[in-house]
Amino acid sequence: MEKFEVFRKDLDSVAVLNIQGFLDAHTAPEFETELQKIIGEKKFNIIVNLDGLQYISSAGLGVFMGVIEDIRKNGGDLKICCAAPKVYKVFDLLGFPSLYEFYDTEEAAVKKFNKKTK
Amino acid sequence: MTNKNKKYQLKIPIETANLEIIRDFVARIAQNMGFSEENIHRIELAVDEASTNVIKHAYKGAGNKDKFIMVEVTVHKDRLEIDVIDTGTGFDPEEIRTPEMDEYLKKMKRGGLGLYLIKTLMDKVEYKFKPGIRNRVRMTKYKNAV
Repeated sequence: MEKFEVFRKDLDSVAVLNIQGFLDAHTAPEFETELQKIIGEKKFNIIVNLDGLQYISSAGLGVFMGVIEDIRKNGGDLKICCAAPKVYKVFDLLGFPSLYEFYDTEEAAVKKFNKKTK
Repeated sequence: MTNKNKKYQLKIPIETANLEIIRDFVARIAQNMGFSEENIHRIELAVDEASTNVIKHAYKGAGNKDKFIMVEVTVHKDRLEIDVIDTGTGFDPEEIRTPEMDEYLKKMKRGGLGLYLIKTLMDKVEYKFKPGIRNRVRMTKYKNAV
């Protein structure tokens, strides 16, 4: 079985979700549940680290689309980092880079959040 | 030596858990044909999207018992042809054709992205619908395409 795993890490003002493996229509609900948990805790500064993600389909991208409005309405943002070229390509094909901020490293994404909150 | 095209067929219950089997099935054939890594990924993703559409939409409300999705792959000399077939209610691709993506994304709508991706990833996409009897999405990738 291809694996999908979600790991969460909480920094000062930012929640980081590290997703690994294969994100498709089968595994997307698991990712969405984790994101909703964070939102439910009223944490709206979120980074999704794609470092270990090997595959994404539109079902996975749909999760990002489903939560962003809620997050931004509450003054937060969802930033994406560390996407492998193959994964980034799918985001790019659907025009995501004009709507979401992508970073090469998690540190850069955290820094951007910290700048805003200071 | 015969010049016959090779055909492969996968009949599988419509469950999202089976998407990886479908992806692996087409990826292996594409690999054997000598497609580049990038094109194998494109083919895998397009077939995943077409199959996801079937799982999510084609059998709406019908319950999944005894429902199958068929993936037929034909290897031609110059191209790979993949049919994703179901016997569900089908859907009108014109109806859910995505508008300009910018506009679409601004509205943050989900779904419909799959069809847009399929069109972008493959060289040719054809639909043939006979709701309840046989619906087919045929996707073609040419070997020498960039």
